[in-house]
Amino acid sequence: MRPLREAFETFQRSPLLSALSVTTIAFSLFALGLFGLVALNIREALERLEDRVEIRAFVAIGTPPEDVVQAANDIASFPEVQSAQLVTQEQALKRAQAELGEFRDVFEGAVLPASIDLRLRPGQRNPAAVKQVAERVKSYSFIDDIRYGEEWIEKLYRLRNVAGIVSLVLGFVFAAVSVIIIGTTIRMAVLARAKEISIMRLVGATDEYIRRPFLVEGFAKGVMGGLLALVLTWIAQVLINRYVIQTIFFETRVALLGLLFGALIGLAGSAVSVGRHLRRV
Amino acid sequence: MIRFTRVTKTYPRTGTAVHDVSLSVNKGEFLFLTGASGAGKTSLLRMVYMEERPTSGEVRVAGTSSVTATARDVAKLRRKLGIVFQDFRLLENRTVEQNVSFALEVIGAPAGVIGGKVSRVLTQVGLAAKGRAFPRELSGGEQQRVAIARALVNDPFALIADEPTGNLDDRATRGIFQLLREINAAGTAIMMATHNLELIRRSEYRTIEMARGQIVFDSAEPTATSGPVA
Repeated sequence: MRPLREAFETFQRSPLLSALSVTTIAFSLFALGLFGLVALNIREALERLEDRVEIRAFVAIGTPPEDVVQAANDIASFPEVQSAQLVTQEQALKRAQAELGEFRDVFEGAVLPASIDLRLRPGQRNPAAVKQVAERVKSYSFIDDIRYGEEWIEKLYRLRNVAGIVSLVLGFVFAAVSVIIIGTTIRMAVLARAKEISIMRLVGATDEYIRRPFLVEGFAKGVMGGLLALVLTWIAQVLINRYVIQTIFFETRVALLGLLFGALIGLAGSAVSVGRHLRRV
Repeated sequence: MIRFTRVTKTYPRTGTAVHDVSLSVNKGEFLFLTGASGAGKTSLLRMVYMEERPTSGEVRVAGTSSVTATARDVAKLRRKLGIVFQDFRLLENRTVEQNVSFALEVIGAPAGVIGGKVSRVLTQVGLAAKGRAFPRELSGGEQQRVAIARALVNDPFALIADEPTGNLDDRATRGIFQLLREINAAGTAIMMATHNLELIRRSEYRTIEMARGQIVFDSAEPTATSGPVA
């Protein structure tokens, strides 16, 4: 009860310094949040691209339809394959005409080959897996040709790896910077009360007693800073959606994790600052 | 009750502050500690309330040994000591009453007893009427009385005073010294570091003089013939 009351009193007694700490925490978490949002949306976009990874196996004209159906079923049962869809000659033609719109006339009377269109399961969309499946499909004698955009998949995959590493490194840097900034603001709060702390020790208060209100304060500042950062990030996302590009926001679970992260660095920053101070004096 | 056994304190940067000092202070005793600046008085006092630990030797205060005491033991020990400084060390944003009650609150004294104790001790130091005042509204002598009240409110067995009159004029000095005598008469031991030879001469209390970290004169020693050299 006392630590809570005292933490609250500190906010009352030095509202400016408290507000400064909360905004500093909020802005460093906001930077982290914005960065997270960018990383999240890049990953989302890459996943959507990956969804389009497709292998199209063209069937030689004149192959008995039963053989093709049989083959499509076989292929669908490969462990890497999510779906294998049979596209008949008529469907291929319709699709081509739909895609070409006003130039559809060029297909008048044309014969397009039937195909089996495969989609791989998530996690199997890397260049090696795609190539392996393509080779297996190619071994059917009536498969004429196979297309899977080899180069494109490799580029995409490399991009995804780079994006993953960059977000990991930058995220870590941002988090470390937040921790340092937050530790510094809490250190200011500790120094502002240095005299009080020295008197407390002089009259026999235990270190735990002195530490507790600071921990509560740090935790509270972390939560408030986290909330503020969340609101700022949300506003930023709404603005980006309205004026720049459609993006997605964090899931509730991730947002709560961010809040928890704020609270934890508030707590850790306080513990470190007070601990250092108590050891020094 | 307070015993130094062959205590040496060396600081990494400034060298030896206290050298091979043995000393004991009895229950209810009044002890002056004098000597030039840098003679080691403050270091000696800081070792009594264990703000500093000896580099070698042992300080024992009311059963707490400097060799074995944990941080928690030190906190417990300080609840039985009162400590007063030249610069008062009051909290400016709290009233006189709050400054005194602070000492009880932070050791978890029950709220019910705090009010009574604070008003009793403020009466004792002659500030009953100024409980609501802030430190800046008081004279130096009055501020030191608040600090003494804060030191006394836990009923310490000893009061450690480092130059308590160093910042005060003669009249305030006499008032504070009179207050310390009364506190001592009520049974509290007092260790007081001072430069004020006038105070020492006017009283018959035990006096220890330090120079270069060593005790050069102790009026309680049978061999002591002359007064303090300083």
